[in-house]
Amino acid sequence: MNNTSEKSDVLTAKDPLTMAKFYVDGIAYEAEAGENLLHAVLSQSLDLPYFCWHPAMGSIGACRQCAIIQYADEEDTRGRLTMACMTPVADDLRISVSAPQAKEFRSGVIEWLMENHPHDCPVCEEGGECHLQDMTVMTGHSMRRYRNQKRTWRNQDLGPFIGHEMNRCITCYRCVRFYGDYAGGTDLAALGSKSHVYFGRVTDGTLESEFSGNLVEVCPTGVFTDKPFAKHYTRKWDLQSAPSICPGCSVGCNTFASERYGLLKRLHNRYNGEVNRYFLCDRGRFGSHYVNSQNRIRFAGNKAADGSYEYGHSAVVVDAAAQHLEGAIGIGSPRASVETNFALKQLVGAENFCTGMSDVDEDLLNEILTIRNHGGFHSPTPAEIEDADAILILGEDVSNTAARIALAVRQAVRGVSFDMADTANIPQWQDAGVRGHAQHAHNPLFIAVNSSTRLDDIATASCNGSTKTLANIGFNIAAHIDGNFAGEAESEFAKTVAEALKSAKNPLIISGIGSQSKELVQAAANIAWSLRDQDRVASLLYVLREANSMGAALVGGNLSMSDALTKMQQGANAIIVENDLYRRADADTVDGALEGTGSILSLDSLSNRTAEKSDFAFPAATYAEQTGTFVNLEGRAQRFFQVFQPADEIKPSWKWIADLAASNARPEATWVSLEELSAAVNEGSSIELAEIQTDNGSDHEEISVPRQTHRYSGRTAMHADQSVHEPKTAIDPETPLSYSMEGINQEDQDGATIPYVWTPGWNSNQSVFKFQAEVGGPLKGGDPGTLLGTIDTEGPADAHELFRSVPAPESGNGQLMASVSYHIFGSEELSSSSWPVAQRSTGPFVRLHSVDAEKLGAESGNGVFSPEQPDQKYEVVLDDNVAPGTVGIGFGFATHDYLTQTQITLQVDPEFQPRPTGEDRILAKD
Amino acid sequence: MSIQDTKPLTGRIEEVGGVVELGAYQEGGGYAAARTALTTMTPDEVIETVKDANLCGRGGAGFPTGVKWGFVPQGDAHDGGVKYLVCNGDEMEPGTFKDRYLITYNPHILIEGMIIGAYAIGAEKAFVFLRGEYHEPKRNLAKAIADAEAKGFLGERIFGTDFNLDLRIHSSGGRYICGEETALLNALEGKRAQPRTKPPFPPASGAWGRPTIVNNVETFCNVPAIISKGINWYRDLGLTEDSGTKLYGVSGRVKNPGLWELPIGTTIREIIDEHGGGMQDGFKLRGLLPGGASTDFLVEEHLDLAMDFNTIRNAGSRMGTGTMILMDDSICPVDMSRNLQHFFAQESCGFCTPCREGLPWIEQLLLDIEEGRGQPEDLEILDKNAQFIGAPGNTFCLHATGAIEPLQSALKYFREDFEQHIREKRCPYRERSANHG
Repeated sequence: MNNTSEKSDVLTAKDPLTMAKFYVDGIAYEAEAGENLLHAVLSQSLDLPYFCWHPAMGSIGACRQCAIIQYADEEDTRGRLTMACMTPVADDLRISVSAPQAKEFRSGVIEWLMENHPHDCPVCEEGGECHLQDMTVMTGHSMRRYRNQKRTWRNQDLGPFIGHEMNRCITCYRCVRFYGDYAGGTDLAALGSKSHVYFGRVTDGTLESEFSGNLVEVCPTGVFTDKPFAKHYTRKWDLQSAPSICPGCSVGCNTFASERYGLLKRLHNRYNGEVNRYFLCDRGRFGSHYVNSQNRIRFAGNKAADGSYEYGHSAVVVDAAAQHLEGAIGIGSPRASVETNFALKQLVGAENFCTGMSDVDEDLLNEILTIRNHGGFHSPTPAEIEDADAILILGEDVSNTAARIALAVRQAVRGVSFDMADTANIPQWQDAGVRGHAQHAHNPLFIAVNSSTRLDDIATASCNGSTKTLANIGFNIAAHIDGNFAGEAESEFAKTVAEALKSAKNPLIISGIGSQSKELVQAAANIAWSLRDQDRVASLLYVLREANSMGAALVGGNLSMSDALTKMQQGANAIIVENDLYRRADADTVDGALEGTGSILSLDSLSNRTAEKSDFAFPAATYAEQTGTFVNLEGRAQRFFQVFQPADEIKPSWKWIADLAASNARPEATWVSLEELSAAVNEGSSIELAEIQTDNGSDHEEISVPRQTHRYSGRTAMHADQSVHEPKTAIDPETPLSYSMEGINQEDQDGATIPYVWTPGWNSNQSVFKFQAEVGGPLKGGDPGTLLGTIDTEGPADAHELFRSVPAPESGNGQLMASVSYHIFGSEELSSSSWPVAQRSTGPFVRLHSVDAEKLGAESGNGVFSPEQPDQKYEVVLDDNVAPGTVGIGFGFATHDYLTQTQITLQVDPEFQPRPTGEDRILAKD
Repeated sequence: MSIQDTKPLTGRIEEVGGVVELGAYQEGGGYAAARTALTTMTPDEVIETVKDANLCGRGGAGFPTGVKWGFVPQGDAHDGGVKYLVCNGDEMEPGTFKDRYLITYNPHILIEGMIIGAYAIGAEKAFVFLRGEYHEPKRNLAKAIADAEAKGFLGERIFGTDFNLDLRIHSSGGRYICGEETALLNALEGKRAQPRTKPPFPPASGAWGRPTIVNNVETFCNVPAIISKGINWYRDLGLTEDSGTKLYGVSGRVKNPGLWELPIGTTIREIIDEHGGGMQDGFKLRGLLPGGASTDFLVEEHLDLAMDFNTIRNAGSRMGTGTMILMDDSICPVDMSRNLQHFFAQESCGFCTPCREGLPWIEQLLLDIEEGRGQPEDLEILDKNAQFIGAPGNTFCLHATGAIEPLQSALKYFREDFEQHIREKRCPYRERSANHG
């Protein structure tokens, strides 16, 4: 995206009064007084080795690697050795990084660490992007003097995501600090002592935290590795990478997606100071292997009489399909790019375009859009969530629907510990000191979700109930805060929450569409409005469903899903783009629509029930195989770049749409380039896509940004099994990125165009600091993404008049009241087809209170079904935080139909075979 | 004049001839000091008295106790929350057994000292962090606490005042590093026994993030007599600038190894010769670790020095716990160093690199030298490691620094032994003892 330099200037602007001038080897620099020296030195892009310090986790002083010489004053020539990470910057502080005593000590630290580190770099997955390798080279330690045997360990099976090779451990404690202290995990610990500290679980078993994948990047060497990647690992220098956006949920985390041999090999975190910063969730990191799925649609085809697909030359199929565009409706998708949705809308016309969301989702999205644009709220970036000092989560199980948000909430709850540290004169970066001093002090966090959540351990209070009950409580909270708002001010929970939110400086309400309730959405808005006063604007964040839910809503269509299905059932032709309709409406209706007399054209990447019933199927590119735009939950348009050119006939959906339009002589939808399409989007929608720069935004703008590293190998040989001729280097006319190793990946180029981080001497992901204006600050070229739309900061004067229909708490009349329940691994469509995630995925499930389970005669692990759909079984999960009389039904399992019931009767299936527990120990699978 | 006038810590034990139970303790004037402090003195007066008496911490560092107590926020500076008093009874320094003796035989003097200390800093919760292996001391202390509670000396409204004190024993899981006060606090909280960064210091933020004072057993035991017999009496007990008495111990080949309460500042020679009975026949003193394993060697030339904090520090070592270990001429300095480094490497908490990885390397080099595999460059590596690890601030806490003290002094005073081992590829002491045998 376009980035204005003002933006980064504003973010890095510092109060001149708090700045200190300090000297490194005689050269003056400026940093904020009190910041730790390591942070300050790295922020100047200077090299200083370190291990245990982490920009998001602060200092603990364990590794002793960042030793420098500190001088008492200008006259002092001797100085004393000290650790940069534990020393605050002060005015006139004088240090030396290059003093011989400091260099000698740092080299000595590496020598100690290397006593036991194996010489297995050639077969280590981390080799070539290993922070320990980099630091070893940087300090100059090269000759081994230690004569003893090396320490060896037994490794653990930590599940399908994370490999474990403890022999490589240098005991920096980063893993447990991230996993436990930062992410709240409880099953990874430092065990043992002296030179025998073991980082692992008490017993073998899958790491429980949904943030375990970050261990891969947090570990400075190859102890914790990306297990799916490790099966056929590729050196970083051999990967072809591009800046990408995670398609796994609505947060829009920035990723580096990397390819080799036509396979998407792995995802790494891509720093965006305003979104995901340093960490991803496991659905995002491990959910992308669907790109390599055998279930991909690879060729265009039309259905033969026997129901099988006949694959022809794609131009022939396009021409045949284009005969069926007359009066066709178009169904877009919240998982397709803005560009594709817009192209489809142009092809069929607004009156025939459906965004592809379910009726409920679309209704909620429109409500949320109105509230967002006119409510006068501050919609926080995921990074800003960490600044909230009181949070209410209303009806959204964020750990399962937008896990990166849950991680931010966890940091926000810790916020009070920094205030306590300030009072006690403990620097905020002194991590162990802050945590030890604050102990379990938390900012208030309230959770009103009808199940247990993985934030319960830090919740001040929780409240359960049916969706309507939770909405009722939401309204009551607003009424407690401001009596003008509708609601009965009686509930004790509501009162507690109201008091806490009122006394907060920066309160935050998180809700979303997960509960499928408009009343909840409205209640959340009421609470945020009720908190408005002169000094305070409450933040309000709605979690959406998919990577481009917001984008699809902004493109907008006149047809609802049920309208579209009705038209199809009545015989209309339809073009369905990247959408499995069985996830959007009940199966009978979708069956009726797909069996209508009209022709169905389906464009998708993975085969699914909808594609299988279409008359024409076209292979659509995944996000990794095209350049496009997703709009995240806060309305941030973020561009993802093609990582590699797709094989076979696969191409971006908008290109198929353009082909169909061309064949049908419809010039209004016949775009020849992404540039042209982007311009059309800007003109024809409320979305303003930044112009795609075909230069890299730096001082060397004529030079492209290489997707391949400068050490990329095998270019002339890697396809020799197919052809001995050297393939021509592909040209990318759409973006500033090239499909070659030529060009420069500049530290200061447009932040959106960085395909990987790598700077001289810093081969690992730690080199990201060189791309930042300061450590942990915005990227030098600006953080990627553009917030769309103009948001009314005033908000309605009569807000309390807007939403007044308070739902009464309901009762099930003998049936169970159904609500929607999610699982991070399994509820999302694409990641469920990624084999590592599939191994962690639960089967279809229902969450029941043990009282209700007992009434049914069901135990944990039993199967139940609704008599209306006797063939669809659900595994019982007991959860006493589900309100009695209600049931949470697992959402999004491909084998199970979309449910519309709000009340349900369940029966036990004595024949049910539970899904086998524990993962399939698959060693090799593609 | 009673024995207690010259031996305030152990005099009553001598008088009673064994464990001083509550009755005997009270008959000897016990708990009068606590009563005086709680009923007639303000907390500030108690702190000032301890300060003026110049009581210095007996755990090894010698920090003035009253000054330490004064760091605890009081009055307006205090936020009203809980404070803790902790007794460090994790006596794991090799050669040190003074606290065990005090707790086993005179548990009430510790309790009384802690009552006064707790009153002074305003702590109503106190812990004795006791070495895990100290079963008999634990039994005696637990009984003493129960007896004191029954008498109302512990619990609520002590001596009819508003002051309450809940005193509990915590048995250590057993790591030397728990003697480091912040590692002790982490262990007390149920966390890994790793030291903490300072600041914050425990008086500001200690156990569970609250103001906390940690003092050694012997330190607390000094407090009752200071209150009851006065500042001048206490200061006059010391022979040098330090005040009070000290429990001195001697381990090694002396005729009468043991532990004695003597005026602080007694010379090393007097302790060894008069109280330890001098060297056993046929053995000659080569060096001594004055205050436990983590102090630098002293040699012949230092024998007439006074055992007090400053004198020993000026001689390049530390008085430490005051319980010395003697090395006679039958002991190989290389092997003794190896043995010491083995201990310290084993007891490293594993947190910081120099200690965790450096000490095992040193131990391995010393083993190689001792067993005849030493290389000429090994001494240089040892010197460099000692230099890197031994400088305070290079490591996270003072564990490794303490480990290096006996090594660097051994390399200084007994360097010829190391060189001979490497040159001759053998340990001369082994053959000597073999020939003797």
